[in-house]
Amino acid sequence: MGKPLSARVTALAVATALAVAGCSSATSPAGTNAGGTFVVATGGEPETLNPVLNYGVDGGSLIFDGLVARDGRNQLVPALARELPVVSADGRTVTARLRDGVRFHDGAALTAQDVVFTYQAVLDPKVDSTLRSDLDMLTSVTAPDPSTVVFTLKYAYAPFLQRLTLGIVPAKAFAGQDVNRAEFNRKPVGTGPYRVTSWVPGDRLVLAANEKYWGGKPANSGVVVAFVADDNVRAQRMRAGEFDAAELAPKLAAGFDGQPGHRVHRVPTADYRGVMLPMGNPVLGDPAIRRALNAAVDRQAMVTGVLGGAGEPAFGPVPPSSDFAEPSIAGKPAADLATAAAVLDAAGWRPGPDGVRVKDGRPAAFTLMYPATDSLRKELALAVTADAKKAGITVTPEGLTWDAITPRMKTDALVMGYGTPYDPDFVSYKLFGSALAGQGFFNPGRYVSPVVDKALQDGRDNADPATRKAAYATFQKQLATDLPWVFLTYLQHTYVVRDAVVGVTPRVEPHEHDVANSLWWNIDTWTRTS
Amino acid sequence: MTAAGPVRGARRSRRLAGAGAVIRRRLLVAVPVLAATSAGMFALGAASPIDPAQQYAGAAAFTTSEENLAQIRANWGVDDPLPVQYARWVGNLLQGDLGWSTSRHEPVTAVLAARAGWTLLLVGAALVLVLLASLLLGTLAAYRRGGWFDRALRASAYAVQSMPVFWLGLAAIAVFALSLGWLPAGGLTDITTTGTDPADVARHLILPVTVLALSQAPWFVLFIRDAVADSLRDDHVLAARARGLPGRTVLFGHALRTALLPFLTLVGTHLPELVGGAVLVETVFSLPGLGAVTVQAALGSDFPLLAATTLATTVVVLTANLLTDLGYAAADPRVRLDD
Repeated sequence: MGKPLSARVTALAVATALAVAGCSSATSPAGTNAGGTFVVATGGEPETLNPVLNYGVDGGSLIFDGLVARDGRNQLVPALARELPVVSADGRTVTARLRDGVRFHDGAALTAQDVVFTYQAVLDPKVDSTLRSDLDMLTSVTAPDPSTVVFTLKYAYAPFLQRLTLGIVPAKAFAGQDVNRAEFNRKPVGTGPYRVTSWVPGDRLVLAANEKYWGGKPANSGVVVAFVADDNVRAQRMRAGEFDAAELAPKLAAGFDGQPGHRVHRVPTADYRGVMLPMGNPVLGDPAIRRALNAAVDRQAMVTGVLGGAGEPAFGPVPPSSDFAEPSIAGKPAADLATAAAVLDAAGWRPGPDGVRVKDGRPAAFTLMYPATDSLRKELALAVTADAKKAGITVTPEGLTWDAITPRMKTDALVMGYGTPYDPDFVSYKLFGSALAGQGFFNPGRYVSPVVDKALQDGRDNADPATRKAAYATFQKQLATDLPWVFLTYLQHTYVVRDAVVGVTPRVEPHEHDVANSLWWNIDTWTRTS
Repeated sequence: MTAAGPVRGARRSRRLAGAGAVIRRRLLVAVPVLAATSAGMFALGAASPIDPAQQYAGAAAFTTSEENLAQIRANWGVDDPLPVQYARWVGNLLQGDLGWSTSRHEPVTAVLAARAGWTLLLVGAALVLVLLASLLLGTLAAYRRGGWFDRALRASAYAVQSMPVFWLGLAAIAVFALSLGWLPAGGLTDITTTGTDPADVARHLILPVTVLALSQAPWFVLFIRDAVADSLRDDHVLAARARGLPGRTVLFGHALRTALLPFLTLVGTHLPELVGGAVLVETVFSLPGLGAVTVQAALGSDFPLLAATTLATTVVVLTANLLTDLGYAAADPRVRLDD
């Protein structure tokens, strides 16, 4: 239980530096960990620290590096690969050349075999990795020489390089072991800016700076990630001064606005919430009802009221921050009841005596399901219910557990959410394409559009950025016409940070953010003003 | 008076004469009880509509293919028929292997080893505190029944009883950690330390233990107060008073001792509630105990872990009942174990 060696060495170095500085106060310990240790708090705790088992697969994992990484604008930059991997003309062979002299935290050199092992482990059916679904296109990974890795794909997959942010693990650590149960999953060894000192699940993860990091020594001596599941408790402990940064629910974070010593970061995300409208529902199957709903919802009121200002209106599955976003699909943030009424009148939905519209004896009414434990989705469902009522559509909100929701998804509307900032193919291909419709959570409303199918396929097949952009523009416009979903809002993740912290660079975040991929994705460059 | 010691000791050991047989009998009963409990857990698991693989995937479930999830379920053997799963679990249990926790990704024994100690410490310390405090306060209140102390104590007991334990916890943090800054707001040790220094842990446990004890106190205090008040009117207490014994001796030596008998039973039956309160207290104070993982295991259909925590709780309750009965026998001469 003694202090880790490097902490003692650091302490010694600091003591020596102080002793020296005692004589000449002008000398500062040159560049040594000026930031000290940073403490950050989050509610989400990873279940394992092994990238193969889904830890930090989109990068920013602090402990590991992928072949590529993402910068502050989510653009790919080389990491363990010397330069961005090269894609062959037919798009089915991807070659990565490794950076020289990279070492794991235990001192072993990184070789191509480690990369091969990492990806093969993901593909192994015996390994409990859900990442396998995302690497469906991968046939094999080979290492022709110790510094070259070749990926062979089943089909050309344009955004393949975006999948190479997965952290690389040392093959040696798993020799003769079951990847699912290896000791490594709790005591990992990576190449990243921090190495793991200790992890007490439910309490904290202690990371120490990797002094020999290939990307440059971290500007601080370490990071402690405190796991505090309860939002209120996290806010109170932030207030008590225990943390340098904490992720908080929007309304709790708002309590820190204007508080001296703190600042609030509202970080844009690609994480949208919307209402999935199944085509198999007799009322929702009518495009007029979908269009009227889309016009009747007051997105601005949801952002202000439900999200406490931490969000923005959503009109499609590609976030406005993405290069692929199509600006023309944006509608009015406020409710447009006149349009809703006009659409319904034109389609023959006439107001009945109780204000509810009726067509051919069928009232404009449907059930809207939401996961009962998700208070945000509940509030959104209630907001949609209230807005729809004004347009003469009766919505019955129903809070259920997921096992009760899934069998009903093909006939009843559902408040859903997901989204990724990295590539429009990642989620949209499965969620809106017809090929996988009805499989699990893939396109549960069974929306079928040949235009969308072709656009999604074009976006996947073509490497040329302009072609892809055009394909996804077509996709977004068609979605805005057919409205298989009514998109409501994009969320913002809210963080409270102490004023003294320097170097915080928010970047657009995906749905999942805990130790990895949060506001502290670049914490190795954070320092403190004294 | 001086001769009373050994005589009383001899009498007490005679009263516990049948204890060995009772313990053996209870152990025999415990085996079917534990088997029934664990089988019940697995039956509930079979009835649960939750897909553990989908829970495991979390948000990634939205991008994970059915085939991928089926592979994971096959790796875990959770699609096997229930009797097969149960037989496998019992087989492993007999070899000392409690199985693999699918929600925590580590052996169940490792989960228990890392966390059970903190929960036991929390519950144990709170139990000691609540027993001592309620015995003292309840007896004093009974002594001057209707007095200002009695009325104040009863009023605060009713008030505390109506406060949810998580609310008490948050209020305690607001006052003692935020406003006064006397005690830490949560965690097991200071957030930047790496080891577990006993003094540091003790400082961090003051608030959680006190909150847990406080939340359970009304029951105990009110019970003691009523029981002592009743027994103060008993013949032997009146007789003791009439003999001119000092008030303190009568109160603690005669009245409280009589009142203690039903109290022992109360402690035994109240233990599960204390454990339930500990789950909430652990959450509020971010303590890495068994509470949070049990909830997680239930939500994720993690039956090896659920079965283990259920078995552990059953063992604790059975042991508590046994100790209660033995304690009863030791305290009440009318109860005999050997018949």
